[in-house]
Formats: sequence, C-alpha cells, structure tokens
Amino acid sequence: MPEAWLKGQGLPSIQRGPVTRLDLVRYAGASGDYNPIHTIEEFAQAAGLGGVIAHGMLSMAYLGTMLTLFAGDDADLVEFGVRFRAMVRPGDVIECQGTITELVEEGDRLVAKVQFMAKTDKEDTVIKGHAVLSRLFIQRAPQEVER
Amino acid sequence: MIDPACLMTWSDPVPGDIERGAVRKFAEAIGDTNPLYVDETVARASRFGRLIAPPTFAMTLDYGEIPLLQLPHEGLIHGEQTFYYERPLFVGERVFCSRRLCDISTRRGASGSMTFLVFESRCQDDDGHIVQSARMTLIVRGGEEHA
Repeated sequence: MPEAWLKGQGLPSIQRGPVTRLDLVRYAGASGDYNPIHTIEEFAQAAGLGGVIAHGMLSMAYLGTMLTLFAGDDADLVEFGVRFRAMVRPGDVIECQGTITELVEEGDRLVAKVQFMAKTDKEDTVIKGHAVLSRLFIQRAPQEVER
Repeated sequence: MIDPACLMTWSDPVPGDIERGAVRKFAEAIGDTNPLYVDETVARASRFGRLIAPPTFAMTLDYGEIPLLQLPHEGLIHGEQTFYYERPLFVGERVFCSRRLCDISTRRGASGSMTFLVFESRCQDDDGHIVQSARMTLIVRGGEEHA
C-alpha cells in the first residue's frame, strides 16, 4: 500500500551534479540538441554567455526524476511544466525540491498539484515549475475497508 | 522576422520511433536509474507491461517543419516548457509528431525588444490519439519588429 499524500507534504529532494562538461556533451548526444553554447567554450564566449551553459532541459530532466521517484509505481504524471529562470554552469550542484500544494478528489482518483524548484549551490533558483500527479484513491480509514 | 502567416498551421506529422537504445542513452545522460527505462524484466512486471521513456524524452523527437516559419539560428532562449501526458511513451512504439506556432508577442524593455514564440506540439499514436502534448515558449532577443 503506498503512503498517503498530504497537502503541504514535501517530496524527497534529490541532488545532481556537480554538472560536468562531459554531462553536457552526453546530454547533447542523447537529446540531439547540439546547440554549441552548451558544449563549445569559444562559441559560448563569443555568444556573450561567459562560457558554456547547461541545457535547460537537463535540469528539467532532473526534476522529472524527482517527480517519478515520488510517483512510484502507482501514480501517473499528468502534467509537468517549468519556467527557466537562470543558467546552470559546469561545476554547479543542482538541488530539486517540491511540495504538494493542493489535493483534489476526482472520482476514484486523488490528484496532487505540486510546486517545485531547482536551485544551484550558488543559491540561484534556476527553475520554478508545477506538476500534476494522479493515482487511484486510497481509503484513509482502514476500519471501513475491514468493516 | 517571423511571418504571422505561419501561425496555427500544423507541421506535417513526422514518424518517431521510440528506440530502446535511444531511451537507454537518454536515461544515462540524465542520470536516471529507473529500471522501467532499461530493465525488461522489471518493466514487464510493471503496470505498463513494457519499457517506457522518461517524461522529458519527447523533447528529443522531430516535430517537422512549420510552413513559412524561419527561426533565427542564434539567440533563442528556452523560456518555458510544459508537458501533458495521457501515458508514458512506450519503447518500441511509433508515434507521429507535429507542432504549430500558437502565439507571437513582442515586449519592449530597457534592453531592447523580446519576441515570445509559443509552440504547441503533440505525439499521436497509430489511431490518432494524442499520447502526449506540450507547450514551449521560445524567446528571441532583439531582432526586427513584426506585424
């Protein structure tokens, strides 16, 4: 039986990184996003970025891991949205945090709205976003189940 | 710069195969060790009964060309990204991917103008059912005015 969801409940946070240049090369290859601002220093410098920056979608993927770990085997990820706010650079450690802000019963399902963020060890909030998770409703009063 | 005539026109759907090796490489690149992405035995025993792709994997697919749309090659900023899921993408399936430009808006600030492009994309199964869809905002810095 999965654990109950509670409004205000924090999701187990996860940490990723420090992000390496190799991580960015690997993500470029795996995603097909070969924009050289993520991998080629000279290009990123010339673009005025002061050096290579991580793919925003890599940080979003880290948040996806946090959400799917929390969803486990029972819950569905229904919606997953982010706003990119700041750049991640090689060497940055990324911390993903989230909280259930709303719980709604919809028929036989329990729907959780989650607000989350990713921030670096330099305390930049690089992403803010929201997710919707859904799973079959769990009886909260066991005596009703056992009669 | 962006021809408003290209608004709301869907690209021709492009077949996208959810390949096992591509999913494994993507999972490795984002550091996600969820066995549902790579371990056939665990995946078969799951409620999906088969291997699935991580939630941001749809980003790697080709959504085709929007008629008349010419994006600048440089200076595009990924502002926002939201996925909507009916279910995960299944390893081994073929989906049909298309996209359209939904909105263009320009804001002028102290540092010049910024153009916001909002795209909608979708992955459909053989029967035309939407498996996943997404909204993406790209920001173009500077550039010329458009109508």
